[in-house]
Amino acid sequence: MSIAVRFSAQLGGFALNASFTAPARGVTALYGHSGSGKTSVLRCVAGLQRAAGFLQVGDQIWQDDVAGTFVPTHRRSIGYVFQEASLFAHFSVRSNLEYGWKRIPARERRVAFAEAVELLGIETLLSRSVAALSGGERQRVAIARALLTSPQLLLMDEPLSALDTRSKAEILPFLERLHRELDIPVLYVSHSPDEVARLADHMVLMDQGNVLATGPLAEVMTRIDLPLARDEAAESVITCVVASHSERYHLTYLDFVGGRFAVARLPLLPGERARVRIHARDVSIALEEHRDSSILNIVEGQILALAPLDAWQMVVRLGLGPEADVPLIARITRRSAEQLGLAPGKPVFAQVKSVGLAD
Amino acid sequence: MNIDPQPIWLTLELATLTTLLLLLVGTPLAWWLARTGSWLRQPIGAMVTLPLVLPPTVLGFYLLVALGPKGPIGAFMQELGLATLPFTFAGLVVASVIYSLPFVVQPLQNAFEALGSRPIEAAATLRASPWDRFFTVVIPLARPGFLTATVLGFAHTVGEFGVVLMIGGNIPGETKVLSVAIYDHVESLEYDQAHWLAGGMLFFSFLVLLVLHLVTKRWQARQA
Repeated sequence: MSIAVRFSAQLGGFALNASFTAPARGVTALYGHSGSGKTSVLRCVAGLQRAAGFLQVGDQIWQDDVAGTFVPTHRRSIGYVFQEASLFAHFSVRSNLEYGWKRIPARERRVAFAEAVELLGIETLLSRSVAALSGGERQRVAIARALLTSPQLLLMDEPLSALDTRSKAEILPFLERLHRELDIPVLYVSHSPDEVARLADHMVLMDQGNVLATGPLAEVMTRIDLPLARDEAAESVITCVVASHSERYHLTYLDFVGGRFAVARLPLLPGERARVRIHARDVSIALEEHRDSSILNIVEGQILALAPLDAWQMVVRLGLGPEADVPLIARITRRSAEQLGLAPGKPVFAQVKSVGLAD
Repeated sequence: MNIDPQPIWLTLELATLTTLLLLLVGTPLAWWLARTGSWLRQPIGAMVTLPLVLPPTVLGFYLLVALGPKGPIGAFMQELGLATLPFTFAGLVVASVIYSLPFVVQPLQNAFEALGSRPIEAAATLRASPWDRFFTVVIPLARPGFLTATVLGFAHTVGEFGVVLMIGGNIPGETKVLSVAIYDHVESLEYDQAHWLAGGMLFFSFLVLLVLHLVTKRWQARQA
């Protein structure tokens, strides 16, 4: 099951030419600068905006210009969360939630009313008027309202961008829960690296109306031919499982196929998943395993690719694990690369100075 | 002194019927004007506003000509075997609808424009069909606009004079409305009767506008 998108249109200042396939599960981030056409793609998927092309979600074709098919928005099984909550001002919170829910035949409801309310933590808001809600509360109600249509596909257009830092922090855990507990694929438009690193499994990288790359998040973020890995803030995302804690040193050990990371004690149970973010500038490369170093995290891998970044720096893509399929990027000097004789296929050790937690 | 109540009832009947027709015609027209990207928007918008600036006698004159037995519409109606409209109550209704059109269309158009497309889009993503969206989202959110349109359309029809005189004349029970009755009384130097009717209208108009302001203020307070 997948989502196949092919849209082209002339939009104001630029040409939209977006074509990609994304898995119909997990969170797919539509990522790019503002004005790259991400929101337009999302609106076309919802049918709120017209572009020439083709759109298939699972086994349903929602748009096919050749066959003359265009399913109007209200007949597409979508949930849409706008940048601003866009709640109905003339209804209470409960009536807002019920608006879509009532329009779904009972046998097609897969998300129960109480379930959505509990998931977003809005039990106490139900009888309130929309005007009495904070920004974060509004957006939680909007997300629950969208979920209650039991959509086949959830579309989120920068749902956090209109909120202040505190409200963002308030909503992110709910989005992560949604991701864990409901099996609804999500297309998530964002230009925030933090949100993408925390939430996305898959990425569609957009630039000026074009799709630059599509693939698993860890893959796209570390491709040295793409701007993400060449950015000053370039980073890798690795999904780990909590192995154990060391109470003595106040550390948590996180395992992944390529080895083990030690991070400051986390409030997680062994077996729980944790995603870590590693900045390219925090990774250095050695030919031997230096155990006589203060660096805690040293993992084995091999060079997959490397390319010059500027006059004095290189970006290096490593593959960790026995299959070398966990990508990690490092930023090192050209001098070091030359002295170590780095070349694709060479086995190396990556020394990671700092491992951050994504979620 | 005796006051003939017939013009009062006739006026209320005319204004009620006109307002209902105006809401029926004005709502889709205002919706179209608020949402269309067509080049026809400006010319049609200007035509709808014409009665605001035209002297009522000009409007009445053209209606009289057009609806009369030799006018294009009148001739067509005669061909269909229908009576012509001038100097009938039906003629007054048609004229009033045209005369009061901007007073209904403009508040509605403003309300629809202020609404924006976002609530409608949100409703569409929540499975509401276009009609469903209109009745459950657009109309409730544009309620203050509907109230203003209704009150202005009604009050303006009650107060019309020039158009009535041109196309309706002064037939008791058929086209003799309040404003014409007042004019009649003044012509016959019956100032007492004129005072009663004119004062009543003044009071009525003030009351209507006062209620309009109070209700609008309450709705705004509730939605803020």
